Amino acid sequence: MSELVQIAKEIRRLTVECIASFGSGHIGGSLSIVDVLTALYYKEMNVDPKNPNKENRDRLVVSKGHSGPAVYATLAHKGYFEKSELKTLNKIGTNLPSHCDMNKVPGVDMTTGSLGQGISCAVGCAIASKIKNNGAYIYAIIGDGESQEGQVWEAAMFAAHKQLDNLIVFLDLNHCQIDGTIEEVVDNGMFFEKFNSFGFDTYSIDGHNIELICETIEKAKQVKGKPHMIILNTLKGKGVSFIEEMGVKNHSIPITKEDLEKALKELE
Amino acid sequence: MEFRQVFYQQLSKLMKEDERIVVLDADLSKPNGTSPLYKEFPNRCYNVGIAESNMVSIAAGLSSCGMIPFIFTFAPFATRRTCDQIAVSLAYSYQKAIIVGTDPGVTAETNGGTHMAFEDISVVRAIPRIMVYDVVDAKQLEMAIPQMLNYDGIVYVRVPRKLYPDVYNNEYIYTLGKADILKEGKDVTIFTSGIMASEVLKAITLLKEANINAEVISLNTLKPLDKEAILKSVKKTNRAVVVENHSIIGGAYSSVAEYLSTVYPVIMKPIGIQDEFGQTGKYRELLEVYKLDYNNIAKQIIEFMK
Repeated sequence: MSELVQIAKEIRRLTVECIASFGSGHIGGSLSIVDVLTALYYKEMNVDPKNPNKENRDRLVVSKGHSGPAVYATLAHKGYFEKSELKTLNKIGTNLPSHCDMNKVPGVDMTTGSLGQGISCAVGCAIASKIKNNGAYIYAIIGDGESQEGQVWEAAMFAAHKQLDNLIVFLDLNHCQIDGTIEEVVDNGMFFEKFNSFGFDTYSIDGHNIELICETIEKAKQVKGKPHMIILNTLKGKGVSFIEEMGVKNHSIPITKEDLEKALKELE
Repeated sequence: MEFRQVFYQQLSKLMKEDERIVVLDADLSKPNGTSPLYKEFPNRCYNVGIAESNMVSIAAGLSSCGMIPFIFTFAPFATRRTCDQIAVSLAYSYQKAIIVGTDPGVTAETNGGTHMAFEDISVVRAIPRIMVYDVVDAKQLEMAIPQMLNYDGIVYVRVPRKLYPDVYNNEYIYTLGKADILKEGKDVTIFTSGIMASEVLKAITLLKEANINAEVISLNTLKPLDKEAILKSVKKTNRAVVVENHSIIGGAYSSVAEYLSTVYPVIMKPIGIQDEFGQTGKYRELLEVYKLDYNNIAKQIIEFMK
């Protein structure tokens, strides 16, 4: 497991380098999901970086599409494409736009960015797996702020109604959105109670404990007839203290050369 | 035959042959005629409830896994309500789906103004990778449905649910994306969109009495536009009228005018909804209110030709 912790650290380094290469970006919400990305790509998901479109693979929809840099860093670390490409983020003509793009980035399973839509897309993928009876698991990561979108709840309602037990959704509960904390903007808390009452098999765990994330996924897979919600209690900007300390102000920020050096030192 | 019956029959046949096809409804499977498919293909029909945005994004997920979703709902919900989901989940993501928007324009009848989409074409037409097809009659729709499966992109099908007059005979062969010359003439070209073709053909008798020899072209798809057919006809007549069961902003008139203005500008007359909302009423009553019945169409063209 310490190996996965090391990998997560390396992915955080790549994420910060990726954003620093452009000079700014969505660093807070990228760093908060690195541990779940590590758990998925290095332990849980049936995927092949040499064959990104492998038939019957497990899929991940990052519904909070602005976490693109963390996703790209993970995919590059896993070998889907060259790490050097991370330094093209958002430069004109790049294959790595801010928000996840399935047609540009090998390994990205769904284009996302307009919040609320990705979880519905994941529901569609989960239905397709059921139709094909191929045993594939569909994972989705949604944001806490994102869950202010009504579409999230339309998707949740339908997933439970259809008993999509091959759908495992993570909620990145970092309590921050652009205009403030979720408690300040629109307090949509009680996520556990909400998803539970919608008919999900629900868990609430430390979102930075990779071992626990893996254990919870395995536990969830044993529960049949319900979609699964794993609430990840996270820290926006996790891993780099000066970014963590910015709190709600770290959604999309400039990262200077000095910031990068400071961050990399901490992530050694 | 009712348009919804055509969809049911075609899908019942095609779903047997093609395991990729999935049907999605948003609590309108009975009105839209897809409900019998749920018994025939229980594994490939999904009623998502009254949640159209969710339905469109689910379709994108299905498509990303190699399925071909057909989405059914009323035209305003299929376009206005789900515009961003169509743009991002489907079009921008390069996914494939057939979106069937039923009872467009005045065919919404007594569902009234809230359900009467006069701007559905404008809403989707500006989004790349979408074919916009305004269905003319049941025979044409029957031939079009299998062709939709091969289109690399999204097809928006604008179609009433119920029975409307036939325009084409049994020998008719339709190629999706092409226009049809319904009548040849030399004085003016009347471009018609969707079910307005039958009204325009009825107006022809009145135009003849006024010594106007009109050419009638059914546009069928507004995107792609059959530019060759439009230009060829207008070069002969030098005048154009566009008749549509849709706002004159962003629909068939706009499509033809945008094209002709760049290659061969002629004087044009839009006959459609003049930037106003819908209201409740029966089909023929509404045609008269909005001056889209054959009498009013003929009157407006005669005035235009003075």
